[in-house]
Amino acid sequence: MSTITAEELSATTLLRFATAGSVDDGKSTLVGRLLHDSKSILSDQLEAVERASASRGQEAPDLALLTDGLRAEREQGITIDVAYRYFATPRRRFILADTPGHVQYTRNMVTGASTAELTVILVDARNGVVEQTRRHAAIAALLRVPHVVLAVNKMDLVDYREPVFAAIAEEFTAYASELGVPEVTAIPISALAGDNVVDPSANMDWYGGPTFLEHLEKVPVSHDLAHCHARLPVQYVIRPQTAEHPDYRGYAGQIAAGTFRVGEAVTVLPSGRTSTISGIDLLGEPVDVAWTTQSVTVLLADDVDVSRGDLIVPTKDAPATTQDVEATVCHVADQPLTVGHRVLIKHGTRTVKAIVKDIPSRLTLDDLSLHPHPGQLVANDIGRVKIRTAQPLPVDSYADSRRTGSFILIDPADGTTLTAGMVGESFASPEPVKDAADDDGWDF
Amino acid sequence: MTTTVAETEEGTVSPYTLSHLDSLESEAVHIFREVAGEFERPVILFSGGKDSIVMLHLALKAFAPAAVPFSLLHVDTGHNFPEVLEYRDRVVAEHGLRLHVASVQEYIDRGALRERPDGTRNPLQTLPLTEKIQAERFDAVFGGGRRDEEKARAKERVFSLRDEFSQWDPRRQRPELWNLYNGRHAPGEHVRVFPLSNWTELDVWQYIAREGIELPEIYFAHEREVFRRAGMWLTAGEWGGPKDGETVEKRLVRYRTVGDMSCTGAVDSDAVTLDDVIAEIAASRLTERGATRADDKMSEAAMEDRKREGYF
Repeated sequence: MSTITAEELSATTLLRFATAGSVDDGKSTLVGRLLHDSKSILSDQLEAVERASASRGQEAPDLALLTDGLRAEREQGITIDVAYRYFATPRRRFILADTPGHVQYTRNMVTGASTAELTVILVDARNGVVEQTRRHAAIAALLRVPHVVLAVNKMDLVDYREPVFAAIAEEFTAYASELGVPEVTAIPISALAGDNVVDPSANMDWYGGPTFLEHLEKVPVSHDLAHCHARLPVQYVIRPQTAEHPDYRGYAGQIAAGTFRVGEAVTVLPSGRTSTISGIDLLGEPVDVAWTTQSVTVLLADDVDVSRGDLIVPTKDAPATTQDVEATVCHVADQPLTVGHRVLIKHGTRTVKAIVKDIPSRLTLDDLSLHPHPGQLVANDIGRVKIRTAQPLPVDSYADSRRTGSFILIDPADGTTLTAGMVGESFASPEPVKDAADDDGWDF
Repeated sequence: MTTTVAETEEGTVSPYTLSHLDSLESEAVHIFREVAGEFERPVILFSGGKDSIVMLHLALKAFAPAAVPFSLLHVDTGHNFPEVLEYRDRVVAEHGLRLHVASVQEYIDRGALRERPDGTRNPLQTLPLTEKIQAERFDAVFGGGRRDEEKARAKERVFSLRDEFSQWDPRRQRPELWNLYNGRHAPGEHVRVFPLSNWTELDVWQYIAREGIELPEIYFAHEREVFRRAGMWLTAGEWGGPKDGETVEKRLVRYRTVGDMSCTGAVDSDAVTLDDVIAEIAASRLTERGATRADDKMSEAAMEDRKREGYF
């Protein structure tokens, strides 16, 4: 790190990724190795871990103490919540959403995956693809994480044999592509021994692909903007009303998808009023073009009524507005979600009243079978819901836009975040995998 | 055995890819604007330290060409570095901002707080801070805390709900999904907001360098009278150091953090420019808090415990 110049460091890009893994499949070891080998564990942190381990009577430093930040986690020796960790290489900076793998923490994996460009699914080479692996793949598919890495860990315990890896990779890739996961990269590793994590393994000559870290450094993070619907949720109206800027009226927001240009004809939703972009300020600097995920301020040629919660879109590419939203949701709160529940829905920068009209099905992640009309969703459940909103919302399909196709439901009484929602079809493939015994069919 | 649908083009970077600093900046600006759009009485905690200086810079950019729609709040321990107070007052005047001050000394003088035997005033900040929040009815309080600082902070949300006693309950945090921040709170409750959550110490310094942001001089190497206590170089001064047996010496030092003089240590350094500082931090084997904060070493859960009580 000390050999990198300041310019090289600031030219790097940022990758947000999430880990998923069952208990004991080596996730902590992998995270520990990445942090350690990228110099992100500093000596005072290591000393603190050594001190704490010794005071517990442990012989070797327990690296889990490094990541289990809460008293309750250290007491119970488990990870109970998502933590975010940071490390860097000369090529890229990384934000890792470190999510616990227990099945009861599905909501944590959903939380981590919601902002991730890449998900790492760990399997133990001795066990291969297990139920938990399929659950993780299903969540990655539901959340439409663009890149999935299958890290086949503990290769040292299967004598680094190629056929073991190949069989697991093949089984997983077939399953994932049926779910519509666009890209799977399988990498044979030993997190404990260090094979193919940062350095190429001398024990697996048959493997010609990148190491785990190399792949993280090279995976593309930019989006194909040509095919994106441009969307700008208005966060705040900037009106200085000063002598210098008597008439400035700018609509501030972070571009959720696509590209906006000066001169472009735009429509403001839900009102449907139209105008032309007369200027774009990128944090104080005028620009001709701006794109996702820049925070900008847009000026319009006409004096139209625009306020927080509105969505600015190209006139030629406006989404329909609707008061009936159908979505796949993950319920994240301890109190259940029931039919008839009155909630608030936050979509983009708009929060409106809504009512849960129907819960047509609950998904069993183990085999992707459907339980029809469950009546309610409890914590960690994934299901389909139909929501009627008090005002029309310009929603996109989550498949088209992770930002304008997502929403959260909030309990109006106490403000609890109840549910994470994704509009439209659940999985990308027309015919998702299903249990042969499942008679309910796929109505979503 | 790599199945890749989209070919990775090595060496080519799309012109639409944001650099990591641009991504972090855009995200922080989004957070500031969400708070401006959803809350009635937000305030920025401003200590004159680099993180709060970066926060203010981001807020200025987020609302340009209009003024920052927030006031500032400084929790004054009474043991501040004079250069930092001077900087604070200058910045407040320059941008026409309103500054609230919560004074630890005032609490001690009227007997509401008692000086600790070890002389550190860091834990004493919590009461003046939380009482000021209640008295001014602030409903959103921006803090410069970063998740890379400390393992309890790694668990912190960007929007962190505090009850009417300003307490943090790490087991009852709201999941944060996509960039849909939930700012709902009951009267008397408030939300702590951390726009720099995803920044590291190095990101902060690189951003300061890129944006040409001015800092208090104590961040750069200078000669200072210091003495050794608990493995740290503390500044000699009226706050209560050195004691018997501690000897003052003149050293070339700088600060990595700015806080109460009684518990903020200086590091030996000859870094006089931003580039020097960045090179020094990139090569350092110590974390920022490990190198310069005595209070975090008190116990394994020192930060978590302080945060639970309402510390920032």
